[in-house]
Amino acid sequence: MNEKRRDVLKAIGGAGIFGALISAGMITPAMVHAADARKVFTAKTLDEAFAALGTPRPAESADITITAPDIAENGAVVPVGVASKIPNTEQVAILVEKNPNMVAATFAFGENTLPDLQTRIKMGQTSDVYALVKADGKFYMAKKEVKVTLGGCGG
Amino acid sequence: MAGPMRIRAAEKDGIVEVRVLMSHPMETGQRKDSSGNPIPAHHISELTAKHNDKVVLTSEMSGSVSTNPYLAFKFKGGAKGDKISVSWVDNKGESRTDEVQIA
Repeated sequence: MNEKRRDVLKAIGGAGIFGALISAGMITPAMVHAADARKVFTAKTLDEAFAALGTPRPAESADITITAPDIAENGAVVPVGVASKIPNTEQVAILVEKNPNMVAATFAFGENTLPDLQTRIKMGQTSDVYALVKADGKFYMAKKEVKVTLGGCGG
Repeated sequence: MAGPMRIRAAEKDGIVEVRVLMSHPMETGQRKDSSGNPIPAHHISELTAKHNDKVVLTSEMSGSVSTNPYLAFKFKGGAKGDKISVSWVDNKGESRTDEVQIA
């Protein structure tokens, strides 16, 4: 009786270790990040996001305008506009500091496209929204705080 | 599935304003369904807008763009009747292209 019990336990223990080894080998970092392999969009901190976009933390510029509400009642739909007066603006990225993945979207302009766009983004909570602008190979940024109210009861 | 995009392109004083409303769930991958299982990410990842086959705007998006994404942008050099086409590809490989003429 006891012997048999031991065998069963051994068999279970063996299978357990085997299974653990398999799963250890199977779960590669690539699979964990399979949801979005693009490095820019997996950044968890501002510095990581800026690094992935190819710049150290850039200087703030008054020539970038972020159009967004001071208070957004619905965090799922926050209208955000970015306009840049910096000559030769090539790219714009919109970042939300307190979202799980900071970079919401990046835009690249053709030569006749005006650096002035609007879109709608999601915000999990009150946060600074950053606009990162690349012009003539240099980076600039602006930020604006957007308060997100929960349940629409203000405050 | 993904329905057609609504695109408006209007020319005024040499500047064309294009407004696009896409139809897409834009699932972040962070949400859980009612039984607690994570809902897999499903969002537009790349967008390209063209004016007569010349690219005027490209975008890379994450799930942080709102459901049924809206995008408005402006460019110079378009004329009434020119073709505007907008295409997107999502993270599951689905894609869609729609066209309008500048009004």
